[in-house]
Amino acid sequence: MNFWRSTIGKKTVMAVTGLLMLLFLIVHMLGNLKIFFGRTDFDHYAHWLRTIGNPVLHESWYLWIQRFVLVVAVVLHAVSAYQLSRRDLKARPTKYSHHQRAKAGYATHIMRYGGITLALFIVYHILDFTTLTLNRHGVDGAAYDNVVSSFSVWWVTAIYIAAMICLGLHIQHGFWSAAQTLGYNRPSRDRAFKGVATGLAVLLTVGFLIVPVSVLAGLVD
Amino acid sequence: MKLTLRIWRQAGPAEPGRMVAYEVPDANPDMSFLELLDVLNERLTLEGEDPVTFDHDCREGICGSCGVVINGQAHGPRALTTTCQLHVRSFSDGDVIDIEPWRSVAFGVLKDLMVDRSGLDRIIQAGGYISAPTGSAPEAHSTPVPKPIADTAFDNATCIGCGACVAACPNGSAMLFTSAKVAHLNSLPQGAPERASRVLNLVEAMDAEGFGGCTNTGECTNACPKGIPMDSIATLNREYLRASLGRK
Repeated sequence: MNFWRSTIGKKTVMAVTGLLMLLFLIVHMLGNLKIFFGRTDFDHYAHWLRTIGNPVLHESWYLWIQRFVLVVAVVLHAVSAYQLSRRDLKARPTKYSHHQRAKAGYATHIMRYGGITLALFIVYHILDFTTLTLNRHGVDGAAYDNVVSSFSVWWVTAIYIAAMICLGLHIQHGFWSAAQTLGYNRPSRDRAFKGVATGLAVLLTVGFLIVPVSVLAGLVD
Repeated sequence: MKLTLRIWRQAGPAEPGRMVAYEVPDANPDMSFLELLDVLNERLTLEGEDPVTFDHDCREGICGSCGVVINGQAHGPRALTTTCQLHVRSFSDGDVIDIEPWRSVAFGVLKDLMVDRSGLDRIIQAGGYISAPTGSAPEAHSTPVPKPIADTAFDNATCIGCGACVAACPNGSAMLFTSAKVAHLNSLPQGAPERASRVLNLVEAMDAEGFGGCTNTGECTNACPKGIPMDSIATLNREYLRASLGRK
């Protein structure tokens, strides 16, 4: 409990849960790209996701286990961020009257707002493609048509573009920051960690956006 | 040189403060920044006004007493330079210079530019030491220290505890200060017996003072007059995890 109460303990929780979510996002992004192999392939892939672990696990059990782990990760990440942010804001109540020239880049500056934006986006995204509540097509099992129907609307794609840019910025600072928090960073590794962070940020942003942009451009229909 | 200094004036810890502008028409480019304040204070004293209170001691950049935020930057515009080692020639004739105290909830303003930094002392007391037998100094060669480790320890030992890292941090965090103690003492064999308890006690004391957490913005290392690197914070995190996970 001392560990959780300390600022470094909460940062560690953020780093570990962040890396877990990052791992999920890489797999998620790669899976999305299957849409370019056509409706049959993509729907088959979507169905297969529900059968992972069969016959040991019942249908969709693996998916529910994964959802549970991810929800726990998101909640721990958000609670730590909230508690740390409150503490941080309280620690510097008075601003300097002369504006500070920031050394940190935009990605670092935008972490908190980006994180809140991503949390809201996740809710929207689940209502769009998991519960299908907001999906225009909204047929369970017709993953391909559901995707196409959402991204054919320009403002839906616009929301995804904005969210994925937030995601990229969040990962660019977050991945390096996790290496720092977990103590893996060294002067000799610093450039490599920053490089990998930027690489992952670009890869995920581009990899996720290529689907909605292709749909909107009529390349996938 | 003619300079306009806008200085934070605050009569006491509980008093309200405000920025007050003072003209210094006869600033010499070769003056140190503290001498500039001395010149202003002499005039204020002669005019019967309350002189500007600021901390200072050695004026050689090694004691850590001085330190004000100049134009939004802790210790002013020059890298690796304390306020006392900053010279008026770093500014231009006619400049308006904003001078403010360190800002952090853990550093209360005592008067004008002087803040209470005893929180840093309490962190040191919690673990910034080694246990050594008193009496005659031990033979240095009996405890060999590899050169790179000795260098790391020494680089971190150059921390003067001025508090610029806290002042520059958007979270008012004392991580760089605390990390310098850990990177200094935990890397040496002399510090090994208290390796785990030191880092746990230091972090507990740091958090108890109300300092914020680290968000890896790097403002601290940018402001540090001794160039304590971000790597020290990674070391502190590593040592804290190691100690928390119970590896002795």
